[in-house]
Amino acid sequence: MTFGPRIVEVRQNVLKHNDQVARELRREFHDAGVFVVSLVSSPGAGKTALLEKTLTRLNQVYRPAALVGDLATENDAVRLARSCAPVKQINTGTLCHLEAAMVRSALEEWKLAGLDFLFVENVGNLVCPSSYDLGENMRVVLLSVTEGEDKPLKYPTIFNTADAAVITKVDLAEAVEFNRQETYKNIQAVRPGMQIIEVSSKSEQGLESWIEFLMQQHYSPRL
Amino acid sequence: MHELSIAMSVLELAEEEADRRGGVGVRTIYLKLGALSGVDKQALLSAYELAVEQTQFADCQLIIEDIPTTVYCSKCEAERTIPSIQLFECPECGTPASDVVRGRELQVSALELSE
Repeated sequence: MTFGPRIVEVRQNVLKHNDQVARELRREFHDAGVFVVSLVSSPGAGKTALLEKTLTRLNQVYRPAALVGDLATENDAVRLARSCAPVKQINTGTLCHLEAAMVRSALEEWKLAGLDFLFVENVGNLVCPSSYDLGENMRVVLLSVTEGEDKPLKYPTIFNTADAAVITKVDLAEAVEFNRQETYKNIQAVRPGMQIIEVSSKSEQGLESWIEFLMQQHYSPRL
Repeated sequence: MHELSIAMSVLELAEEEADRRGGVGVRTIYLKLGALSGVDKQALLSAYELAVEQTQFADCQLIIEDIPTTVYCSKCEAERTIPSIQLFECPECGTPASDVVRGRELQVSALELSE
């Protein structure tokens, strides 16, 4: 008996393996009581600087830790180690984004139950990380005042998939004639209702609100 | 550029399905691609051309169906397809709408097999 060509329904998500690992991670994070925040931005927006201040501040009361994705160097982990919180670098090699399996293997030696906060700094890239769930509770997109107010319109997907936006380097806002109104309008256009926090890691302006926001998110009931 | 790794995942998925059906050939892969998937259609098609040569299905075609973004408008109480992902508001009444119903798809919907 012979068959001609036939079409079969498959309905499989292309990233199903990543999604599966991310779901397992999310469950583990929940059970361990650790709140996981991923940070995404273009290169140089200040993820590492914000993370260094955040870890230092949280480390006074909580048990934070961080994973940092980078193409090739260990520089970020060295910088973050100054905060005294546990930090591990994930070298992605040529890969432009983190995947859930990389997060899982980086966490193998850590006891999650000993942590309150885990930050996952993605590779500096506003395109590729948007498709990959890392099991995080909250995805935060960073945008520095030096980047231009139309960034959200150029990269709507990453802004839309984020849960909160942090505008960084606000100490430079005046010098670079940062258009606050336009930036807020563009962020709200691609993600209506998104919370926006302004921070300068250098002057520490807004740092308190950012830390409070993190604590609120951690300890508010999650669905 | 993550389209090459996406293209390879698409092909792996097709291979798995073909193996599960007793090692049949695959002529066409049908993919649903949402406007909010984070994957660029042209880049994916180019990457696919490169990736497919490394597989047992060298002649297999990739057909991409674009899925526009659909949001739920709380004011109209209806699903609305938005014309651009640069503006998440109801095209009928202008209410901001962040509840995405469709548009994140990155899914192999069907395969055309050859025995």
